[in-house]
Amino acid sequence: MRPEAGLCFAASFAPALLDPARGTPEVVTGPHGKGASRRYDVYRNNVTVSLIDALAAVYPAVQRITGAEFFRAMARFHVRSNPPTSPLLFEYGHSFPQFIEAYEHAQTMPWLADVARIERAWLDGYHARDAAPLSAASLSSIAPERLAEIVLTPHPAMRIVRSPFAALTIFAANRDEAPSARIDASIAEDALITRPDFEVAVRHLPPGGAVFACCLASGQPLGEAAGAALEAAADFDIATNIAGLIAAGAFTSHALGDAR
Amino acid sequence: MSTVIEPTRPAAMPLRFSTPIGGVAGTSFKPEHLPDILEAGPRRGFFEVHAENYMGDGGPPHRALEAIRRDHPLSLHGVCMSIGGPRPLDKAHLARFRGLVARYQPALVSEHLAWSTHETSFYNDLLPLPYTEATLACVCDHIDQMQEAIRRPLLLENPSTYVAFRDSSMRETEFIRAVAERTGCGLLLDVNNVFVSSTNQGYSALDYLADFPLSRVGEIHLAGHAEQADDEGDLLLIDSHDGPVADAVWKLYQIVIRRRGAVPTLIEWDSKIPAWPVLQAEALAAQAILDRHQSAAPEGERHAA
Ligand SMILES: [Fe+2]
Repeated sequence: MRPEAGLCFAASFAPALLDPARGTPEVVTGPHGKGASRRYDVYRNNVTVSLIDALAAVYPAVQRITGAEFFRAMARFHVRSNPPTSPLLFEYGHSFPQFIEAYEHAQTMPWLADVARIERAWLDGYHARDAAPLSAASLSSIAPERLAEIVLTPHPAMRIVRSPFAALTIFAANRDEAPSARIDASIAEDALITRPDFEVAVRHLPPGGAVFACCLASGQPLGEAAGAALEAAADFDIATNIAGLIAAGAFTSHALGDAR
Repeated sequence: MSTVIEPTRPAAMPLRFSTPIGGVAGTSFKPEHLPDILEAGPRRGFFEVHAENYMGDGGPPHRALEAIRRDHPLSLHGVCMSIGGPRPLDKAHLARFRGLVARYQPALVSEHLAWSTHETSFYNDLLPLPYTEATLACVCDHIDQMQEAIRRPLLLENPSTYVAFRDSSMRETEFIRAVAERTGCGLLLDVNNVFVSSTNQGYSALDYLADFPLSRVGEIHLAGHAEQADDEGDLLLIDSHDGPVADAVWKLYQIVIRRRGAVPTLIEWDSKIPAWPVLQAEALAAQAILDRHQSAAPEGERHAA
């Protein structure tokens, strides 16, 4: 049996950590009758600042775009309303892009949430399970008339982010030290994130490419995926797209749909 | 006939050093130092990592850790197990921790006398607990579970604290001694934490050390701290790990090593991280103190009173 009596200290201590409106918990004190307000504030500060820092580590381009002061104010709201639920901080902030989308003071930067989505996908790819990517050569053994039937297994690090804005160009310009040319934010972009070996790569997908890659990643055969891509973009070129995805390391293996 | 297929897991890394590793000084491992460390080649010492940073499925963090671990003993330092909290341990987190121990075969494995998770929230800080019979039973239960999972003794670290609990009924040293006796765990003595807590709680660091079960200490931490003020305007020390070890902490360290003999000692430096040579110089300073006491047999805690 677990003793439950005398174990409610955490329930008393925790709520004020992320809520400045609450006073210092009654259960704590300073030594020799001293006050505990500034002492407890050390914990409030440690928690809040370290979690804001955690978001800044996941979203460096967003912070560079907004400036540190804006970012930290925005992150503080998010930390207080959505503290992490996992002790793995590199998993924190999956709901931050959605938060940015609704954040009043970020409305003048409608592409900011999608830049954040690319950064989140970048970190997911970075920590994803290691796997050898599918080589172009391994597809050459398949009879051309059966190519439409093949099904590809997505690489664990592969992610796709679609944006009605130039989120990828903005992301790249703010992850890179080099100054960039003026960006027309209104051009829609689709990003492919892969990590075939130990470096995360982010690429532009051509028109139809995101639909194609998403269909393949969800297990649709190549022929069906190409059909959907052609519907999305009439000039979709299947050969270039499949070669591009494989060269990027987007898949780990292939199978013939019928053979299974 | 059915076959059970085990999920493939990375093979354990072979040991290339003898255990226990003895009186060597190590440093926190920071990925930005990797090129410098690899270029310098194998050196005497060890590296300590926060376990949670290597709980991802794959990618560059594991490659860096493998490179470090190939030539050096590793210390796996857990930060988020929430051993001191009233909630049952997170089974998934325990499984991840066990997996890291099995894969990297660390020379040292440690966790904190603190908590960081409550209900569904993870607070990312080492939060304090009252020292009572109830919390003692709970902490012992959690350490039993951890030691069962990793199949080896754990080193439990004394905390830095800023507040006290009104209903504590034991001194921290009493509490820690009881935990070690009941669970058989070893102890990680953070000398900076002793200095920080004794200043903040108004007791003598020397009395604390005299009361601490030194014979169970399997690792020592040294780190820098920062200064603030409490409600009354008196000095309040913050365990910041962002600078060199303070002179007063070096003095306490020498007292501990004189009594205990040489034990693995870590320079913890986790923010405002300096260039590798600066961190290495701190470790060399600790190594010089250790080397003066390498042959000295530990006096044991009977002289500590
Ligand atoms: Fe420590």
